[in-house]
Amino acid sequence: MKIGVVTFPGSLDDGDAARAARIAGAETVRLWHADPDLHGVDAVVLPGGFSYGDYLRCGAIARFAPVMDSIKAAAGAGLPVLGICNGFQILCEAHLLPGALTRNQHLHFRNRDQWLRFTSVEGVWTGDYSEGQEILIPVKNGEGCYVADDKTLDELEANGQIVARYHNGNPNGSMRDIAAIRNEAGNVLGIMPHPEHAVEDLTGPSLDGLGFFTSVIKHIAGVKA
Amino acid sequence: MSIDTVERADSTPDELQPFAELGLKEDEYLRIRQILGRRPTQSELAMYSIMWSEHCSYKSSKIHLKQFGEKAPPSDRMLAGIGENAGVIAITDTLAVTFKVESHNHPSFVEPHQGAATGVGGIVRDILAMGARPVAVMDPLRFGAADHPDTRRVLPGVVGGIGGYGNCLGLPNIGGEVVFDPSYQGNPLVNALCVGVLPADRLQNKAAVGPGNIVVLMGAKTGRDGIGGVSVLASATFDEGSEQRRPSVQVGDPFIEKLLIESCLELYESKLIVGVQDLGGAGLTCALTETAAAAGTGMDVQLEKVHLREASMEPHEVLASESQERMLFIVEPSNLDAVLGVASVWGVIATPIGTVTDTGRVRVTWHGETVVDVPPGSLADDGPVYARPLREPADLILLQADRAETLPRPSTPDELRETLLRLVASPNLCDKTWVTEQYDRYVLGNTVLAQPEDSGIIRIDEESGLGVALSVDGNSRYTRLDPYEGAKLALAEAFRNVAVTGATPVAVTDCLNFGSPEDPAVMWQFAEAVRGLADGCQELGIPVTGGNVSFYNQTGAVAIHPTPIVGVLGVLDDVSQRIPMGFTQADDVLFLLGETTAEFSGSEWAWVTHEHLGGKPPRVDLGREQTLASLMQRASASGLVHAAHDLSDGGLAQALVESALRKNIGATVSLGSDPFVTLFSESASRILVAVSVGHRQAFEALVTEHEIPHSVIGVTGGSSLVFRDQFEIPLDELRSAWSETLPKLFG
Repeated sequence: MKIGVVTFPGSLDDGDAARAARIAGAETVRLWHADPDLHGVDAVVLPGGFSYGDYLRCGAIARFAPVMDSIKAAAGAGLPVLGICNGFQILCEAHLLPGALTRNQHLHFRNRDQWLRFTSVEGVWTGDYSEGQEILIPVKNGEGCYVADDKTLDELEANGQIVARYHNGNPNGSMRDIAAIRNEAGNVLGIMPHPEHAVEDLTGPSLDGLGFFTSVIKHIAGVKA
Repeated sequence: MSIDTVERADSTPDELQPFAELGLKEDEYLRIRQILGRRPTQSELAMYSIMWSEHCSYKSSKIHLKQFGEKAPPSDRMLAGIGENAGVIAITDTLAVTFKVESHNHPSFVEPHQGAATGVGGIVRDILAMGARPVAVMDPLRFGAADHPDTRRVLPGVVGGIGGYGNCLGLPNIGGEVVFDPSYQGNPLVNALCVGVLPADRLQNKAAVGPGNIVVLMGAKTGRDGIGGVSVLASATFDEGSEQRRPSVQVGDPFIEKLLIESCLELYESKLIVGVQDLGGAGLTCALTETAAAAGTGMDVQLEKVHLREASMEPHEVLASESQERMLFIVEPSNLDAVLGVASVWGVIATPIGTVTDTGRVRVTWHGETVVDVPPGSLADDGPVYARPLREPADLILLQADRAETLPRPSTPDELRETLLRLVASPNLCDKTWVTEQYDRYVLGNTVLAQPEDSGIIRIDEESGLGVALSVDGNSRYTRLDPYEGAKLALAEAFRNVAVTGATPVAVTDCLNFGSPEDPAVMWQFAEAVRGLADGCQELGIPVTGGNVSFYNQTGAVAIHPTPIVGVLGVLDDVSQRIPMGFTQADDVLFLLGETTAEFSGSEWAWVTHEHLGGKPPRVDLGREQTLASLMQRASASGLVHAAHDLSDGGLAQALVESALRKNIGATVSLGSDPFVTLFSESASRILVAVSVGHRQAFEALVTEHEIPHSVIGVTGGSSLVFRDQFEIPLDELRSAWSETLPKLFG
């Protein structure tokens, strides 16, 4: 069971994502932005950070990295892909997920412990959660305000692709309180808050983030079985 | 205009030179001529003016700072000390920690966002230059009055700059201070602390050893930004027109710094370099001369090889530029290709710009013409040293006689209740979330405690749980009233903030922010503060490992309150045993450790309710601080304590409020015979501790064994703070009062 974590120049939470995958029981493989080889991983995490310094627009340069060509192709064939924060931004820029993430409405970077409520738990990254479940994980971003046109938002809702919404306060002004969405097939998930920072009692506000990683491990085991 | 070469300087000895405009005194200029045996070239004059500036040469402070070394307790933990980029302390046989605090005050006033951002960038490179991976930052900040219009310009910019840079570097911000006082109106203080971790055998050296080795410049291109930052900005008093100094502020790019961090660590790990120095204040001038001087070697540099942002830059500008995100390496020729290879993997520019020589001279050529030929030690080590005149401030006797203990006090329960609410809502005691939530405290996944806790705690070994605790503190009202005692109080508070978590304090860093050293009254404050800090460290048995002096913090004739900021680093063998400040459960017994007497001079109460500053600051007993620390270490190791919080600004009232609001668990407390004194006195050396009923006897025995005066003042629980026979305040009401202040002021 191998989970790959991509490092772009400017990735910051890559070590944290790898730690979370390890705690959940996976072997981790570090993937490099310039290397298109996915080294046989069973799932990929695009971590938080400021890839390429967020020059131009968050995620706009990362989508052209050689590793992204491989990830796009593999995601089309069902490879589980999780984008956290900057990873979510990259998934949107790469058109693996609809919509875009824009500057927080209040214009400040904001780091706080944030409640989310699951609205749909279908898909490979959320099997260990239940619909309606509330979790507390850190949010930290300057450009986390999710936007899309009404038609797209309606479709996301109708298809159950809105995975989680902000609960007890929206930290960045995201439309319809969206915190996490998935693609139609359910293998690609983008989430603005940081599950990888809520996997240890000592360092996180809860252990609520671990479920994303245990879910995908169970999914992969099921597929392999 | 043609370039001013050494040859030209020889042939035009009488050419008038603008030494005064560059901040050099006439006798200093004459000494340069004497050293060189001719007039300096334009480039050399620029180099001497910045290296001999107050900021780089420590010319006014040097004779006082010696005490830190002379009074330092012998320590075999210290691997590198004062004079290095940062002090390095061994914490196990194989692991070491390095930390330092530095100022970036004037740039942050002129251009708050970039000034503060590059302050973070600069201290991070100091840590990096020691061979360490930076793992956390902290920011002690001082602003003018919270409701002053200019504070609304400066504070959001400073906070945005610190967050923008530190967040993008991937360094958790784990603590600091936000303090408001009118004395900082024209001169805010932006200090930045960084801590890093290294295997002890990866310690780096700045010496440019080995003639024939290659000098490599890596990182951002060199531009015209920050020219004269140390001399024009940091070594002069502000006056009208200071905003015209904006070009002297550097502009940062944290993305390049992040790549630089990863490249450097790869170079260190692969043992590809023999020397390293970061480029900060004084830029290439400082890096070239310090590395050569440290090794007693020389250097030949072809300056035109430096990658420039603007092709029209002249050699003296290239030498003086303080463009950010640059490092200098000394590389053996056989490793050059590998070094350039690492840079290219990370997409960073690296350029060989010269070679180490055995000439004892730094020679710089510009397209073949020699523009600099100097003995490096004359710039790096042998700058001017001044024993500036000292004189106690004329107003001090009257100020000390005007004691806050004589001010009218609240006495009825209603008056006490109103006073408590007013204090928790005051800018210095209120909730700082508006500031701290703009900083990433989670990145790297090792943050065990962060603001608003007493200390920030970072786990540095995931296997063993080994970690470090850090706190930075300073109370400039105390220092204004008595700089000697005030400096000791700052040390005591930082020490106690670390100790209260259960960590063992091991080392000190300091940032000494003062007015103009040319004012004997300021110089006296400085001398007294240094003496107090050095004596305090001697008494506590922990050394100052490095720091920074920032003079000229004044606009016009009025200096800031003297502001020594003290950082203390502690070690925790197992971070899971750390003691947090918030009450964790109901029905715990509350102990107040230490003695409370009527000490209100310099207090938050006197300032908020009477706008009063006078008298003498609280008495500090460093022996007691040590005893408290050893008690807390024992208590943490044996798991006796659920929560503990140091008492400082605002006294017991503030400590109770903060501990209760952390997890929304109230308390019921008895205030004894003088409720006002019990609530608001700022007597030092005190800690509030919450212990489960089952551990009460064991804890009490431990306290008695340490001979610490103590009382049981109440129990935790409920949704209010209840002061028996006096008044009560629901936590919701407290939280509103405490948390609404900064959002109202800053949006």
